[in-house]
Amino acid sequence: MIQTAFTAMSIFLAVLFFFCLYRAYIGPNAADRVVAINVISTKVTILIALIAVVTDQYAFIDVALIYAMMGFIATICVSKYIEKGKLF
Amino acid sequence: MAKQIIILLLLTGSCFFFLVGTVGLIRMPDAFCRMHATTKSDTLGAGLALLALMIYRGLDVISLKLFIILVFIWITTPTAAHIMAKSAHSQKKDPSRGGIK
Repeated sequence: MIQTAFTAMSIFLAVLFFFCLYRAYIGPNAADRVVAINVISTKVTILIALIAVVTDQYAFIDVALIYAMMGFIATICVSKYIEKGKLF
Repeated sequence: MAKQIIILLLLTGSCFFFLVGTVGLIRMPDAFCRMHATTKSDTLGAGLALLALMIYRGLDVISLKLFIILVFIWITTPTAAHIMAKSAHSQKKDPSRGGIK
């Protein structure tokens, strides 16, 4: 029963990705695209953690942690590049 | 049984907040409004989902790793929102001051 609930939430998150990708595609400025990519990276982290618990392969939890770090670094780098025109 | 009901309630709340964040991302008119809608609701939705997974596992090393992910998301999402708002503000022209930033 609980496994079914976790699977249903995984499918729900996978459907929500497409709407966020729509905003990342159509967004008029670069800032809108950065917001959409940040939302997608948070959702992918939760999706990896859910799939790790559903399929009993707990090495994916570490993958989720590293994906959260990479999404944060990507957001910081793109925002700094938009603001200054260079990274450092 | 009570544990399953608590997990179902947490998952339902998490789905609700993720849905609210996505609707705000699609429907809001400005980049700042989109940030306002998405970052807070995504932080709460991620917290509820990871809390449901932690309750499902009990006290364990896996639960500790999930708690580390939860603390990391709670720290980094408001920080990323602050930096995104700063970069969006640097790109925006202020109409009340004649188009000067």
